[in-house]
Amino acid sequence: MTEIFGIPIQAFMGQLMLGLVNGSFYAMLSLGLAVIFGMLNIINFAHGALYMAGAMLAWMGLNYFGIGYWWSLLLAPLGVGVIGIFIERSMLQWLYKLDHLYGLLLTFGLALILEGLFRDLYGVSGLPYSIPEEFAGAYNLGFMFLPKYRAWVILASLLVCFATWFVIEKTRLGAYLRAATENPKLTQAFGINVPLMVMLTYGFGVALAGFAGVLAAPAMQISPLMGSNLIIVVFAVVVIGGMGSILGSIVTGLGLGVIEGLTKVFYPEASSTVVFIIMAIVLLVRPAGLFGREK
Amino acid sequence: MNRQLIGYGILLALMLAAPAVLYPVLVMKILCFALFACAFNLLIGFTGLLSFGHAVFLGTAGYVAGHSIKVWGFPPELGLIAAALAAAALGWVIGSLAIRRSGIYFAMITLALAQMMYFFFLQAPFTGGEDGLQDVPRGKLLGFIDLADDYNLYYFVLAVFVFAFWLIHRTIHSPFGQVLKAIRENEARAISLGYDVAKYKLLAFVLSAGLAGLAGATKTLVFRFATLTDAHWHTSGEVVLMTLLGGMGTVFGPVVGAATIVTLQNELADKVGSLVTVIMGAIFVVCVLAFRRGIVGELGALYKKMLGGKG
Repeated sequence: MTEIFGIPIQAFMGQLMLGLVNGSFYAMLSLGLAVIFGMLNIINFAHGALYMAGAMLAWMGLNYFGIGYWWSLLLAPLGVGVIGIFIERSMLQWLYKLDHLYGLLLTFGLALILEGLFRDLYGVSGLPYSIPEEFAGAYNLGFMFLPKYRAWVILASLLVCFATWFVIEKTRLGAYLRAATENPKLTQAFGINVPLMVMLTYGFGVALAGFAGVLAAPAMQISPLMGSNLIIVVFAVVVIGGMGSILGSIVTGLGLGVIEGLTKVFYPEASSTVVFIIMAIVLLVRPAGLFGREK
Repeated sequence: MNRQLIGYGILLALMLAAPAVLYPVLVMKILCFALFACAFNLLIGFTGLLSFGHAVFLGTAGYVAGHSIKVWGFPPELGLIAAALAAAALGWVIGSLAIRRSGIYFAMITLALAQMMYFFFLQAPFTGGEDGLQDVPRGKLLGFIDLADDYNLYYFVLAVFVFAFWLIHRTIHSPFGQVLKAIRENEARAISLGYDVAKYKLLAFVLSAGLAGLAGATKTLVFRFATLTDAHWHTSGEVVLMTLLGGMGTVFGPVVGAATIVTLQNELADKVGSLVTVIMGAIFVVCVLAFRRGIVGELGALYKKMLGGKG
């Protein structure tokens, strides 16, 4: 078997893998958005910009301080998380009592600031970040070549997503978190520091975006615009999946990545719009989203 | 009431005299964006719907006007009408999908659908892709007024703006507009009073899209080209900012906001380069944190306070 639906299997599998890689990023970002939304009731428009900041921090670490990929994978998300905590403490916390839309507008402004700053510093042409040596080359699977780095991206994002799911659904900390999401006042009355948890949730959510940014750095061009192009697709992913369930976010993200990849094989003209078309269909059939709960 | 009429009269006189002092193309740009922001405000300010993809109507109408005038040889007035209708039709499609969800989801859906149209325009043959649709002739209004002359065009654009502003004003103060405000204040109660909320929302969305389209078409006429920038999400963000800065839900807020932002961008463009985006973002943040009523809203509150102090 060298062809599948008239497409060489090499090309088919290649696009499938690429779709999974993109899907991993969708999954990580929509997961962060969902966690933040659950706790803060805010849609974090700055999520894409903070993802970009993660990639940028990795690049700056390497080029100014000689910090390698592995340390960046730890330090850049921490850095982004600290930025997030600063944002939450200095600005977002004043908006919780207002209409949710103000949170969206504020984070949109922050996204513009971040994007504009990096654009002023580095232009829009894109910066190179080489693949770490451990992942240079590809595995020969017989029917296809699998670039090692792509395999790593998928594996790492699955691990991170699973860890997030585990912490939220299976640990005591996660139980506090879910309680605070459900009823913050009552949770506070039980002696749990809810504002602290809100702050850490936001920090963690954006750190996830930062982590995705570092993972993306060697896989695609680092550019100040990389986040804003991605975040709108992720919004569509979030609408499709609904923000009610963590596993739902992960599955939807990966699934849409794959669908997008396959569209590139069969009908490339539609590959940039297919996610939005699926969103329109889901809205017609199941407005609350695939995993969402109707309120 | 008479006082209000006098106020409007003075404003109109100022606008009529404006090109004697100011560069007409800049004022026309301000008028186009003011109209765009007023159309947007009809949704956010008076219906409580945040559309984060309104640029798609500006951009679509720009292309329709440009294409119909340049390729099909439409006269300018017909081009504008066709473009506004096309934007309203698109508004009907996007609106009927988006009103299936509310609040934050509504914003995300409009943004995503607008982005889809952006990609469509990027690939479609008639838009000229990244280069845009260039050299659109301004033509002759009603067959005899030459719009190639900036002053003639200015008065035409002003007439379009005044008409649209009047239309919005009428809409807000009509029974229909009262229902929209009721939906903004308390959707559940509006439903319980027997109003078909979805229908009202959709109609407001279509009207807003059509008027945004009118702004986009007029803009194409002024600058003689239609570009992808007009359909980009950055432009959607800009119109949100203009309305927020001027004052959401006020009649003149969007006009003030549009004038401020356009002038600011005009002044800063060659001085600070890409930092303009940073400044726009910072204005956003400041407005949301400390200035939610916007310029006109704050002034109005101040005025009321002074009146209250006297009485």
